[in-house]
Amino acid sequence: MIEIRGLEKYFGTLQVLKGIDLTVPKGEVLSIVGASGSGKSTLLYCINALEEIQAGSVSVDGTDVHAKSTDINALRQKLGMVFQQWNSFPHLTALENVALSPRIVKGKTKAEARDIAATRLEHVGLGDKLNVYPNALSGGQQQRLAIARALAMEPEYMLFDEATSALDPELVGEVLDTMRLLAEEGMTMICVTHEMSFARDVSDRVAFFHQGVIEEINTPDKIFGAPKSEHLQKFLANVR
Amino acid sequence: MFDYNFHWRPVMKSLPDLLEAGLTTIQIAVLSMVFGVIIGLALALMRMNMRGPATWFASTWIEVARNTPALFQLFFFGFGLGAIGVHLSPHTIVLAALSFNCAGYLAENFRGGFQAIPETQIRAARSLGMTAWQAYTRIIIPQVFRIVYHPLTNQMVWAVLMSSLGMLVGFRELSGETQALASRTYRIFEYFAVTAIIYYVIVKLILGASRLLATRLFRY
Repeated sequence: MIEIRGLEKYFGTLQVLKGIDLTVPKGEVLSIVGASGSGKSTLLYCINALEEIQAGSVSVDGTDVHAKSTDINALRQKLGMVFQQWNSFPHLTALENVALSPRIVKGKTKAEARDIAATRLEHVGLGDKLNVYPNALSGGQQQRLAIARALAMEPEYMLFDEATSALDPELVGEVLDTMRLLAEEGMTMICVTHEMSFARDVSDRVAFFHQGVIEEINTPDKIFGAPKSEHLQKFLANVR
Repeated sequence: MFDYNFHWRPVMKSLPDLLEAGLTTIQIAVLSMVFGVIIGLALALMRMNMRGPATWFASTWIEVARNTPALFQLFFFGFGLGAIGVHLSPHTIVLAALSFNCAGYLAENFRGGFQAIPETQIRAARSLGMTAWQAYTRIIIPQVFRIVYHPLTNQMVWAVLMSSLGMLVGFRELSGETQALASRTYRIFEYFAVTAIIYYVIVKLILGASRLLATRLFRY
C-alpha cells in the first residue's frame, strides 16, 4: 500500500504540491489526470524519491520513503517507473537494457538475468527484438522496452509518467494495450495520463489534479459521468 | 644554385635507433593519455558537480592547460620546478607536462559529453534501484565515452606530436633522438625528413587502430 500524507513540494519558492493525501491499496489502478503543470508527474517522482519533499510523508508498505535511514535503492526495486521520454539506454541492446539491473542491482547471474529479460520482452511483445539496439526501435517499441525493463525488477507497484504523451498517435495503442495487460494481471498502478479512454476503461479510481491539489477523486463513472468540481467539468469539456 | 648533396646512408644506419625512439614517443603519449583521461574525467566531474575549492581547482587547471603554450607548461615542470629545487627526470617532466595538458583539454571534452546526456537517463537508472555509482559507470560514462571518442583520438594524435617538445628538456624521444643523431652527422635535413615520415606513420597507425576499435566498440 502506498500512503501519502500532507505532501508538499516546492521548486525554489514555487509550490507545486500543496498538501496531498492519497492512499493506493494493493491491486488498484489509479489514473491521475489534470492540466500540465498541475503537479501530477512531480507526485510520481516524490513516491520513489527522485524528488525530495518539503513536508508530509510518503510510505510504501509501511516504509517511509524519504527517511534518511531508508535504503532507497532497495525500496525503488518495488516501484517500477516508466517515463514520458522512454529513456531506453542507447548503448545497450534491448536484452541488455532489461537484463542489466537484475544483474547488478539484484545480483542475478548473467544467465538468470538473460532469462528474465527474454521473458519480459516476450511479455511486452518484443520477443523478436532481443538483440536490437534502441535506435532501431520505434517509439512505441522503446516504451514497451522501458516497461519490460521496469518489470524485470519484479516491482510490486508501477508508476507511469505520461507513458504515451511523447508517442506518435499510431503508436499509442500498443503501449496502452501493454498497460491494460498489466492491469488485468493485477499490478498496482499509478498512471499519470492524458488518455481519458484509458483512465475511464482501465482504472479503479481517477484523481483530478488542479494547481497542486487533488480536487476530485472517485470512480471513473463518477469522474467522467458526474464531475462535481467546476475545474474538472471545464477540463473534461476541453479534452473531449 | 642548388649544391646540397643528399646523404641518406647515415640516417638509414640509425633507423633502428630512430624506430626505438619512436616507441618511446608512443609510450609517453599513451601514458600521458591514460593519466589525461583519468584526471580529465575527475576535473570535469569536479567542475560540474562540486562547489568551492574543488571547482576552483578544476577550473584553474583547465584554463591554464588550454590557454597557455604547451611549451611553457613543459618548461614549468622542467625549469620552473628546477628553480625551486625540484629536479625531475626528463621522462617525468614530459610525462607530467603532457598529462597536465591532455587532462585540461579532455576535461572540457568530457564536460560537453556529460551535458549531451539527458538527465532523465540518470533518473531512469536510479528508478531501477541502481546506486549513483552504478548509474554513472554503467549508463552515463559509456555514452559519454562514445561522444568523446573522436575528440579523444584527436588528443592522442596531438599527444604524439606534442611530445616532440620533449627534446627541449633533454628527453630522447623521437625528436630528441633525431636531434642528437643529426647534430653528430650534420645531416639535419635527412634525419628530420625521415623522422617526419615516422611521425606520419605513427599517427596513421593510431587513426587506423582507433577506427577499427570504434567499429568493435560502438555497434549502436
